[in-house]
Amino acid sequence: MIEIDHITKRYGETTVVDDVSMVIEPRTVTVIVGTSGSGKTTLLRMINRLVEPSSGTIRLDGIDNRSVPGHELRRSIGYAIQGNGLFPHRTVAQNIATVPALLGWDAARIKARVDELLALLQLDPAAFGPRYPHELSGGQQQRVGVARALAAEPNVLLMDEPFGALDPIIRTKAQEDLLAIQKRFGTTIILVTHDMEEAVHLGDRIAVMDAGKLVQYATPADILANPASDFVETLIGASDRPFKLLSLGTVGDAVEPGPAAGEGIRAGASQRDALAELLWSGRPAMPVTGENGAALGRVTVEGLVKRAARPQ
Amino acid sequence: MRAWLPLLLRLCLLALLVAFLSNPLWFEPLLRPLTQNGAPAVYNQGSLLSLALLHLRTVAIATAAAIVVAVALAILVTRPIGAEFLPLSRSLVNIGQTFPPVAVLALAVPAVGFGEKPTLIALFLYGLLPIFENTLTGLTTTPPSIVEAARGAGMTGWQRLTKVELPLCLPVMLAGIRLSVVISLATATIGSTVAAKTLGEVIIAGLQSNNLAFVLQGGLIVAALAVLIYDALSALERMAARRMGQVA
Repeated sequence: MIEIDHITKRYGETTVVDDVSMVIEPRTVTVIVGTSGSGKTTLLRMINRLVEPSSGTIRLDGIDNRSVPGHELRRSIGYAIQGNGLFPHRTVAQNIATVPALLGWDAARIKARVDELLALLQLDPAAFGPRYPHELSGGQQQRVGVARALAAEPNVLLMDEPFGALDPIIRTKAQEDLLAIQKRFGTTIILVTHDMEEAVHLGDRIAVMDAGKLVQYATPADILANPASDFVETLIGASDRPFKLLSLGTVGDAVEPGPAAGEGIRAGASQRDALAELLWSGRPAMPVTGENGAALGRVTVEGLVKRAARPQ
Repeated sequence: MRAWLPLLLRLCLLALLVAFLSNPLWFEPLLRPLTQNGAPAVYNQGSLLSLALLHLRTVAIATAAAIVVAVALAILVTRPIGAEFLPLSRSLVNIGQTFPPVAVLALAVPAVGFGEKPTLIALFLYGLLPIFENTLTGLTTTPPSIVEAARGAGMTGWQRLTKVELPLCLPVMLAGIRLSVVISLATATIGSTVAAKTLGEVIIAGLQSNNLAFVLQGGLIVAALAVLIYDALSALERMAARRMGQVA
């Protein structure tokens, strides 16, 4: 659990982060959203003390994060940034081994961990380990950046716009990978982005920041249904709201009994994808199949449209 | 085939240099036409090989000292603790460069006497600037995202310097060292005016006795050394840069 307690950061006269308090539950993904200059990155960097707050405290599992020296704290917290920040003079394997090496792990343990992470991120350890970062594509570099942040098995992973530099197709894939890794390791992830779409997709909870203040901190469904201010509403984008809401639910939750013809959809797909498919193929209903291929029922345009309405 | 030509030329130059230094008499017929009144065509007041080695030693010692001081200074002024010394260090190093080596020799001789010492002082002062400025450029242009990542990974200030910043600025630093070495190789010849054992001795002896052959062989040996060392350091630099994916 991460408790952010009345945190304020001032640079001279300007207040960048203004009295922010929030509690982040363990093993969840929290997304901090805001425009440029909203203080979201500064807030993130105060958790691992890359920035020291002017006042207030941050506690990790009840312990003040100022109770250990900054560099030791940072070794226990994963940190991934936009543009990945890989060390160009070190191989992929050496990059991933950065924190374990600082912690003094023995060579065999480091190698095992590096290979595990590379395999997990679908990079062949034998082929990619000895390469240098400039020999990789942008998407591969980003994955190595994530692997490096996770190398020392941190409980908390901080990510600053980690997908900002990726093209849309690779970004979607990277987001899926991140969610899978989060499920596997149970890491608490705090991610900063300016993209509400990404926030709704990834976050268990979303913190919206504006001009240094925490404007709203709630679940994605809650933020979509009850935006706390005009600013939050603008950030969501009014025309997209129903579709973002649909993207939160799976087809499995929208299944109705009854038959339907034509090609089916998996129960794990999002309701937004189901609606899109129905509208595109001009059908009123389509069959739903479980992960094992069994028929579960159908989804209908009518049923999905009802679910897209503002929750009461 | 084309790609091998520069390397081949350099190997020929090296072979020629080694041959000349070890057996200068072989080349006497070539140099003979440059002399007058039966003067000796090949330097006969000492071994050319040992002069060349002493010349290299002087340059090596002076450059090594310049590297240590310039790099240490550049590191100091790029840390928060030493940032205010940046203008002062710049001025000091610039003075070292603008002061003509001849003047330094003239001033140093009364203080430390004749011989190698005044030459070392002059070369050291003259060699500081390129190394200092290049190291400074390298350290201040490290991409912020990489320094940020190093901090975020939990490296201490010292670890960031030795594991990230210095290795990353190595190619630029090597370029400064290369410039400094080449300047020192040429400048070291004037050290012989204050009795330092360098190849300048050959040139000065030639000038004094109006012997063009001496002047030419002294100058050519220094030039060949400078070209070969320049190319070797350039190659080293390209290797360092290529590892980092920079186009050299």
